[in-house]
Amino acid sequence: MSAAHAFLQRLGERADDEPTWVAARRQAGAARFEALGFPTKRDEAWKYTDVRRIAEGEFTLADDAELDEARFAALGMPLDAHRLVFVDGVFSAALSDLTDLPDGVSIEPLTTAMRTNHEAIGGAIGRLAGVDFSPFTALNVALSEEGAVVRIGPGVVVDKPIYVVFASRANESARMSHPRVLVMAGARSQSTVVEHYAGEAGAANFTNVVSEVMLERGAIVDHYKLQEASSEDLHVASIHVEQGRDSRFTSFNLNLGGALVRTDLVTDLNAQGAETNYNGLFFVQGRQHVDNHTLVNHNAPNTFSNENYKGILNDRARGVFNGKVVVKRDSQQIEAYQNNANLLLSDRAEIDTKPELEIYADDVKCSHGATTGQLDEDAVFALRTRGIDEQMARGLLTLAFAGEVMDQVRLPGIAERVERAVAGKLPERFNLSDLVEVSDALEEA
Amino acid sequence: MLEVKDLHVTVEGSEILKGLNLTVNPGEVHALMGPNGAGKSTLSAVIAGKDGYEVTSGEVLFEGKNLLEMEIEERALAGILLGFQYPVEIPGVKNIYLLKAALNAQRVARGEEEIPAPEFMKLVREQLSFMKMDGSFLQRAVNEGFSGGEKKRNEILQMLVLQPKLAMLDEIDSGLDIDAMKVVAEGINSLRNADRAILMVTHYQRLLEHIVPDRVHVLVDGRIVKSGDKNLAHELEARGYEWVLEESAA
Repeated sequence: MSAAHAFLQRLGERADDEPTWVAARRQAGAARFEALGFPTKRDEAWKYTDVRRIAEGEFTLADDAELDEARFAALGMPLDAHRLVFVDGVFSAALSDLTDLPDGVSIEPLTTAMRTNHEAIGGAIGRLAGVDFSPFTALNVALSEEGAVVRIGPGVVVDKPIYVVFASRANESARMSHPRVLVMAGARSQSTVVEHYAGEAGAANFTNVVSEVMLERGAIVDHYKLQEASSEDLHVASIHVEQGRDSRFTSFNLNLGGALVRTDLVTDLNAQGAETNYNGLFFVQGRQHVDNHTLVNHNAPNTFSNENYKGILNDRARGVFNGKVVVKRDSQQIEAYQNNANLLLSDRAEIDTKPELEIYADDVKCSHGATTGQLDEDAVFALRTRGIDEQMARGLLTLAFAGEVMDQVRLPGIAERVERAVAGKLPERFNLSDLVEVSDALEEA
Repeated sequence: MLEVKDLHVTVEGSEILKGLNLTVNPGEVHALMGPNGAGKSTLSAVIAGKDGYEVTSGEVLFEGKNLLEMEIEERALAGILLGFQYPVEIPGVKNIYLLKAALNAQRVARGEEEIPAPEFMKLVREQLSFMKMDGSFLQRAVNEGFSGGEKKRNEILQMLVLQPKLAMLDEIDSGLDIDAMKVVAEGINSLRNADRAILMVTHYQRLLEHIVPDRVHVLVDGRIVKSGDKNLAHELEARGYEWVLEESAA
């Protein structure tokens, strides 16, 4: 029995009261996944990432979402937000907080959305990421049950971030989940969506998530993916974005945890004036492996993309960055910038970076670059001569390397979380703005 | 305060300091002069604890403690501060953060509370204006994109905020125009008091017109070959180093 076939055995375990069309979709996903099988290193897109740990793993689907407040508090961020929580893929009404949703905003678990609004949701889900993108999206279609569905009406500015937590528990036996995230941002709406993958110490589960974000004309979406699973968790994600005219999408792909992490980020800029910004940061240590594959398709003229990915690798960790920009024929007046910089904190860490440009138009401004280096030892020395201990000096400089990306982060809770992971506890870094206030007050006095 | 005894230091296999002796007492300002390659910067680097300098024999005591066994940051916390000849640019680390972190590290080491924000800002603003530096310096990354003169002023600003017991200044006058020199010299002079010592490494006598030393030493080929008062500096300016070399060879 193939590894693919073994995974699909789980299909038969689920309740068979699903509507026929859901079952049909599952069958399509299953058939596609079985035909493709798990990718191997012979597949160009998986050249540096070995998924045998997933293929050979034994995972079951979770049946409950039990997680008490204290355990959840240790995982989630105290964001003032509209919150939707999943535990090993299962929706937790108890931990979610969807009171006080503004008019024109709907945030629901996928199963509820399917029941109440089956036509709109059924038509949208899978439109950007169906069974053909990769074996993992096919597997997701076959086995997905739950997820988050966010719909924002035209012109609505959502008052608070929409915070979707995927908690991974330390289970007795490994679980897997195949969640979906669907964000439909109406014309001229503005919103911030946070996908947070958090794992308890010792959690060794497999998460295979597919997100789709659709921006209508003039919509603005800030999308955060904060991945801080346990060091044994396996995590595969693909995020697919479709942008209408004059829309603006900003992605923060922040990877801190996980044993094996693969994220695909794909944006289609389909109409004039659409702009996409990719900010990425990965910090890996021990034997962690993180692979980011990004793609921007400039399908229309006058579209803009800007990408900046920073990698920090310690110990024997391994990183992969593959960033591709495609400018379609006759997509003129394009601007596309891409940069990947990596910091190696250890001699045994390794990064494979590959920027790719495919340009089929002539009136374009494009640039790309990749650099890899180490901490500046002269700067470490200079800081230490001021009485700052070595660990803090290295932390500060490491954080400074991440600064360009972190300066863009507009949610302080997330910035703090990332800083702590990257640099340890740096005293009073967050109080700098207080100092500025004090300083201004003194100046006026 | 500082005692350097028969110090031998090797860099990449070649001996640079060959038995250097120097005693600096509280309240004194010493100038260490000498031709290029004599080992002037090596001494301050060894005292600060820079990597790549191998002490093969001799000792360095600071307030009676063996300095060479202390970590770099411990030396700073003990009260030694090095002003760099070429201050390092540290992109992404703001001046204000460096100053606050460094000052609080000192206070924590002394078992004191961290400095309250208003008190800190008041202190920093006073010193900034003394050094004729704009408030915007604080929000800029350490030395990033600073002119040569701005970098040197920034070194002195750090000294004024951190108030070391022993301030070492390595070629602090290099790259300064005459106006910047005056500001930097005023900053250094304001540090002078009965409890503090200053050790300046310099190539030229020019700096010593602004900061008058108590003692002047001539370092040649890894050893101090002549010491004197401020008049020695004038003599060196007028006659060069040749006569000292001849005298010491004799």
